[in-house]
Amino acid sequence: MTPNLHLWLIPVLPLIGAAVNGLFGRRFTRQTVAAIALGFSGAAFAMASWVAVRFPSLTTPYQESLAQWIRAGNFRADFAFYLDQLSLVMLLVVTGVGFLIHIYSVGYMAEEGGFYRFFSYLNLFMFFMLTLVLANNYLLMFIGWEGVGLASYLLIGFWFTRDSAASAGKKAFIVNRIGDFGFLIALFLLIKHFGSLNFAQVFPTIASMSPETQGVGLLTSIALLLTLGACGKSAQIPLYVWLPDAMEGPTPVSALIHAATMVTAGVYMIARSHVIFDRAPGALTAVAIIGTLTALFAATIGIAQTDIKKVLAYSTISQLGYMFLGCGVAAYSAGIFHLMTHAFFKGLLFLAAGSVIHAVGGEQDMRKMGGLRTKIPWTFWTMTAATLAIAGIPPFAGFFSKDEVLWQAYSSPHGSWIYWLVGVITAFITSFYMFRLWFLTFFGEYRGANAEENGQAEHARHGHGGIHESPRVMVVPLVILAVLSVIGGWVGYHNNFENFLAPVFRTGVAVSAEAAQAVGSTQPHPEAGSTESLLMGISIAAALAGFLLAWLLYHRRPELPKRIALALNGLYVAVLNKYYVDELYAILFVKPLIDGSSRLLWRGIDQHVIDATVDNGAEGARRVSDTVRHMQSGNIRSYAGWVAAGAAAIIVYMVWIGVR
Amino acid sequence: MVPLSYYLVLSAILFTCGVAGFLIKRNIISIFLSIELMLNGVNLSFVAFAAQWKAFSGQVFVFFVMVVAAAEAAVGLAIIIAVFRTRETLNVDRVNLLKL
Amino acid sequence: MIHLILFSIFGIVCVAGAVNLLVQRHPINSALSLVVVMGSLAAEYMLLGAEFVAAIQVIVYAGAVMVLFIFVIMLLNAGEEEQTRGSRVAQLFGIPGMLIGSALVAWVLVAHSGTQAVPAGALPGPPKTIGWLLFHDYLLPFEITSVLVLIAIMGAVVLASPAQAIQQSKKER
Repeated sequence: MTPNLHLWLIPVLPLIGAAVNGLFGRRFTRQTVAAIALGFSGAAFAMASWVAVRFPSLTTPYQESLAQWIRAGNFRADFAFYLDQLSLVMLLVVTGVGFLIHIYSVGYMAEEGGFYRFFSYLNLFMFFMLTLVLANNYLLMFIGWEGVGLASYLLIGFWFTRDSAASAGKKAFIVNRIGDFGFLIALFLLIKHFGSLNFAQVFPTIASMSPETQGVGLLTSIALLLTLGACGKSAQIPLYVWLPDAMEGPTPVSALIHAATMVTAGVYMIARSHVIFDRAPGALTAVAIIGTLTALFAATIGIAQTDIKKVLAYSTISQLGYMFLGCGVAAYSAGIFHLMTHAFFKGLLFLAAGSVIHAVGGEQDMRKMGGLRTKIPWTFWTMTAATLAIAGIPPFAGFFSKDEVLWQAYSSPHGSWIYWLVGVITAFITSFYMFRLWFLTFFGEYRGANAEENGQAEHARHGHGGIHESPRVMVVPLVILAVLSVIGGWVGYHNNFENFLAPVFRTGVAVSAEAAQAVGSTQPHPEAGSTESLLMGISIAAALAGFLLAWLLYHRRPELPKRIALALNGLYVAVLNKYYVDELYAILFVKPLIDGSSRLLWRGIDQHVIDATVDNGAEGARRVSDTVRHMQSGNIRSYAGWVAAGAAAIIVYMVWIGVR
Repeated sequence: MVPLSYYLVLSAILFTCGVAGFLIKRNIISIFLSIELMLNGVNLSFVAFAAQWKAFSGQVFVFFVMVVAAAEAAVGLAIIIAVFRTRETLNVDRVNLLKL
Repeated sequence: MIHLILFSIFGIVCVAGAVNLLVQRHPINSALSLVVVMGSLAAEYMLLGAEFVAAIQVIVYAGAVMVLFIFVIMLLNAGEEEQTRGSRVAQLFGIPGMLIGSALVAWVLVAHSGTQAVPAGALPGPPKTIGWLLFHDYLLPFEITSVLVLIAIMGAVVLASPAQAIQQSKKER
């Protein structure tokens, strides 16, 4: 008998916090607002931990229904929750990292206006993300999906008085919408062909279908449309353009939403739908290709960026590409593993970057930083841990997960050495630009203006003199995340993580026997296998090579980068301007849409049809009344005439009726 | 013996004359007289039918018509007097304050 | 035979009076013509056997209503009609409409009401029957008409009284 875990509390607690802060927060003191926000998100984390403790005693998947929602004929969708190993991992990541970022934000946003609004939005985001993760049917997941998009819009445009922030929020929401369109069509297809959106009903039905190896059938279509949705949410090609702009939001927002949780929703969704993807090899290939390309593409852009947050944004896109690659070769647990470690180190990177920005009084341009190593030691050491993790250097977390992805990319039956090669090149570039960031920020001479002279960016009025370490409330989460970045990967040892997630992905394991063996159900594949060790060595070498190159260009011979940039002039400018993708989209899509809308919809339909109808209706009534009013002439004899005429008409009519 | 239709034709002629006067005349009182003429024509019709169907209700109705005509004449003439006081004319075409 | 002759005589007098009403310019002449019409109508009623109605016609209609008309004409003393421009609507619609309507009515009446002869003095029974009907079957209309007359009296008094008199009575309140 399954105990009632009251899973619904986990999303609802932050919702209550959001409501309380949103409705009454304006009147509270900052401490009260912070206490409410931290209290509710902490409670959600505590509940998630409690669920984790009780997890081994549950039969999975554990489902719990809160309330009836939709009953339309045979179609049912309820407010019901679904817990299995995958959800548990996501749950812990979201609540844990989320809670840490809440704590950090108390310090980071301490001097900002709209304090209560920020925390209300943060809690709201937690609610939606948790709904997304815990939903037991696609429709409830979609609600969470949309909701995190909304929270993202609200938080990106938090400083809405700034034009760039407001535009960035709009851009994020609209680009997400395009992905959501794909998601919705996939849902419609599911409803039409399977009559339900509940995981427990759809997946077993699909599991009995055979894989579509020829052409694009139903499952491939659904999978491709789901991929489109995931591309929007997880910022893959072609819908990644919103993520760099999203850096307009406060740094904790970038850490939580655009590194650790929201952008991973797409990966989670693909992993959750693995039953469909396993039977649609074409879609899997598409996912892998998109992931690989995006990883490489974004990494190359990251090389040339000068804003510290933009580098991290492109890094996020690139790492999401890795997760997509993992899922695309049907190594879902590898993808989720990387998701988890990425949440740790990328969240830490963003928070530490926020700490750096805070320290230098709002400057975000790395060219104006430098030599901060001694001045903000805690930030330095935690950021170092994160940089080592993302570069994939053992024994840090990123190494294990990235290596797992690369190995699966090579060895999975859906994988190929091309994926692996591009992945390794990207790892090299990742290591390079991350260490570039590290060197530019913390080493060398301090190149920035005095803190008080900075007029721009996040808190200019902050000027307590000089470069200072962040307050404890900001440093403690950094430390915790740094510890996780170090040890977080060790759960992957001996494939523990993969075995843990295996029951989730087992039901979707491909039908053919050799595929079952190769993707690896419960048998651990030999780690001492020579190919695997070789590949592991190559990826470590790539990471170290990146470090060396960065050390050379940005520490040893800092005049070199400028000369290289001049030498590769055209290429450098293209990369610096993000390959002009935004401009391309503007010409291809945005401008025609706006022009067409204003010409056709506004002038053509709104003004000339709708307004004209109303105006002409009124004009017509006026003209008719103008004509008819001559009947009221004030001339009594004309009245007499009309009366007589009317009476005659009536008499004729009645006689006619009578005669008939 | 007079056929019923003769009475009805006579009634129609009276009514027609009344309507004609109503439309042609310019003096308000003359118009009123035409209205009375119309009422009389109708009365004749009632009585004729009462005689044919041997029903007294027709005559009772004539009674009522007369009462109404009397009341209407009283009020109408009072109005005419009031109008005459202000406009100093009984010409209907002159009483056109509402004219466009 | 006699019936027909008498009917024709009084009928011609009626029509002559009606036409004269139309033709005359001075309203007093028209009023007097109307009196003639009413008188001959009373004779027609007699021929139909409705003596009570004939008496009422003479007493009330010709004797009271028409007298009222003549009082007012003489009081206002407006004189002959002027020739002013009338209404085109009346000429265009009213007269043809009226002509057509009445012709139609006449045709229908003639065609459908049968050529049954109505004998002279056809109605049996004394005025008592009328009284019976009036106070039994038509009691409600009777009472309402009495109220109507009351209203008419009040309205006539108010409408016709000079404006200062009304205001004075209001001030006295």
